[in-house]
Amino acid sequence: MEIFFLILGGLVGGIIGGMGMGGGTLLIPILTIFLGIEQKNAQAINLIAFIPMAVIVTAINIKRKDIDYKSVFTVAIPALATSVVSSLFVEKIDGKILSIGFSVFLIILGTIMMISTLRKCIYAYMNKCKEEYIFND
Amino acid sequence: MQAQTQKTSGNKINANGFDNRPISNKNATKDRRLSDRLSPTLKFALTVGASLFVGVANGLFGGGGGMLVIPIFAVLCGLEEKIAHSSAILTILPLSLVSGIIYATHGNFQTPQGFYVGAGVIAGGLIGTFLMKKFSNNLLRIIFYTLMIIAGVTMLVGKLK
Repeated sequence: MEIFFLILGGLVGGIIGGMGMGGGTLLIPILTIFLGIEQKNAQAINLIAFIPMAVIVTAINIKRKDIDYKSVFTVAIPALATSVVSSLFVEKIDGKILSIGFSVFLIILGTIMMISTLRKCIYAYMNKCKEEYIFND
Repeated sequence: MQAQTQKTSGNKINANGFDNRPISNKNATKDRRLSDRLSPTLKFALTVGASLFVGVANGLFGGGGGMLVIPIFAVLCGLEEKIAHSSAILTILPLSLVSGIIYATHGNFQTPQGFYVGAGVIAGGLIGTFLMKKFSNNLLRIIFYTLMIIAGVTMLVGKLK
């Protein structure tokens, strides 16, 4: 039964990830809250589970020429350096403190993304109104 | 000038001489974009600075880097949404690979359960890419981000008790 819930949790995270909404950030709380997996273990699962999916999706995107390599390199190289340091640092942090930090990170990220989505909706609505106004002139 | 406009858009000019074409999103947003107003050096410096932060967050919290990279690509690099998404996945790939290896060497990747979740993620990912083509997902996004905030609050309350 536990196996079923593990696969189900992964499935939900994967669907949200595949839709391009950042599924990993929800996969970790699913694993810790519902399945009782420790924070560090959940993070490791999320990092490793992302790799095969990212490889497949990237292969498709390369064929579609949907990637801006200059921007990728500008961001990936400095980010890679600090991610190595922070991954090594994680071992030194207490699991409980890491969970608290992660939950704050989740709240901030959720709020930022919510605001940007709502802004996009408002812009789309305003553009639609403008078009209708001009056409009805 | 007027002759040229009439030539390109023909019957779309109304009796008063106003251009009736819908306002193009591209032209409307171009001047508002930060990436068109900053100098290249400043943009580069800001991008690198933000990237350092992305690396810290992705390594420390085992995810969430992609969500942070997309606004960097959109605002500082001026990429359009689709390209920003695809580029974000490729950017996070090496970070997750290296961080994943470091986590695993510290014994944080537990084999049986990790593989079950991984299988679920791969299957879900394929379903998700398929679903994305079917649905316009702004409402879904709002639901998802609400869940994210609720999950964060639940975790915080649980740990602070």
